[in-house]
Amino acid sequence: MTDTDWPLWEVFVRSRRGLSHTHAGSLHAPDAAFALRNARDLYTRRGEGVSLWVVPSSAITASSPDEKDPFFEPAADKPYRHPTFYEIPEGVKHL
Amino acid sequence: MATAAAHQTARTHGSAGQEGDIDADDTYQRVFDATVAADERIEPRDWMPDAYRATLVRQIAQHAHSEIIGMQPEANWITRAPSLRRKAILMAKVQDEAGHGLYLYSAAETLGASREDLLDKLHTGRQKYSSIFNYPTLTWADVGAIGWLVDGAAITNQVPLCRCSYGPYARAMVRVCKEESFHQRQGYELLLALSRGTTEQHAMAQDAVDRWWWPSLMMFGPPDDESAHSAQSMAWKIKRHSNDELRRRFVDICVPQAESLGLTLPDPDLKWNEERGHYDFGPIDWTEFKEVLKGNGPCNEQRITQRKAAHDEGAWVRESAAAYAAKHSTRTGVEQA
Ligand SMILES: [Fe+2]
Ligand SMILES: [Fe+2]
Repeated sequence: MTDTDWPLWEVFVRSRRGLSHTHAGSLHAPDAAFALRNARDLYTRRGEGVSLWVVPSSAITASSPDEKDPFFEPAADKPYRHPTFYEIPEGVKHL
Repeated sequence: MATAAAHQTARTHGSAGQEGDIDADDTYQRVFDATVAADERIEPRDWMPDAYRATLVRQIAQHAHSEIIGMQPEANWITRAPSLRRKAILMAKVQDEAGHGLYLYSAAETLGASREDLLDKLHTGRQKYSSIFNYPTLTWADVGAIGWLVDGAAITNQVPLCRCSYGPYARAMVRVCKEESFHQRQGYELLLALSRGTTEQHAMAQDAVDRWWWPSLMMFGPPDDESAHSAQSMAWKIKRHSNDELRRRFVDICVPQAESLGLTLPDPDLKWNEERGHYDFGPIDWTEFKEVLKGNGPCNEQRITQRKAAHDEGAWVRESAAAYAAKHSTRTGVEQA
């Protein structure tokens, strides 16, 4: 067995309390416990995080770049989802 | 399609249309060109020209190899560091270089390269690493000269790569550059301590700078008119500045830094050119560069031998960790059943 048999993991780091976990990169590890330890050594050597997630890369479902336009189209024709869509008379406060 | 994992590459997209669907290929190319032109990033699952992918894999792999081979000349001094403070600093730096290698191997993997294949190509000499690491570290002052000059040259090269058109490579570079500035500063501080020390210490610092200066200038690669891949890499926005431009920038930065160190740079032709607004410097010995690149540098053989030995001696660790993981996963499987 060689190291390529170690699966790939995606690493997510919460940089401080109050923020979401953000994707930091990936690494190889034989299991989740090792992935966490390796992620600590690789991505948080300078206190970059207060919490780590590791996820097997194979467990991620991604949208396809091919379908980019149709997939995200439903959001494009709904400007009324944005606050700037609405006209409010000048002088009205706290709105 | 929608079930593909985040890293799965879009290599097949070029032929994703019906067979012989040239229009589809054309459209992909146009989307790629427009993305690069707009200074947006290409991401792993996007379609990209085969040559763009191959160029990136070659460059990122060579960069990754340089990071991990670069651990050797400095690690050579860890056990002989003159104080606990210096030892802790050096260990942290060498560990960072390992990390840089791992960020970069991951970036190469997003292009469809496999980690084992890349390491195999390094071990068998089919992929290169920076020729600078084929020079020996003869004294403690070399650790300082490497931090100041070699990491300094690397930073000059890497800062523009933070805006490289390939997203994962650019992101890895942002992380690397943040860490490099400590590398350079610790080297400078180390040299400064020696330069201000005894006569012998000062001489040792000067000797290290004398040996590392020219190889550091070679790190920027051959002159522009001899650089084979430069034009295409610039067009793809993988590269943002030419070799000679970056080299000039580096020299301009180093000259005043050397003065503050109280050390000289080993080049009698080095002088400020008012007209050009840059320092003029003497000719670089490209024959030496080519010889080292060909494998005839002082340490080429030693670096690869040591790298392979480390890899082979670590095999049992990789194997037992994998065996443990396999055993553990079948056990939990049984318990859950
Ligand atoms: Fe590095
Ligand atoms: Fe470094």
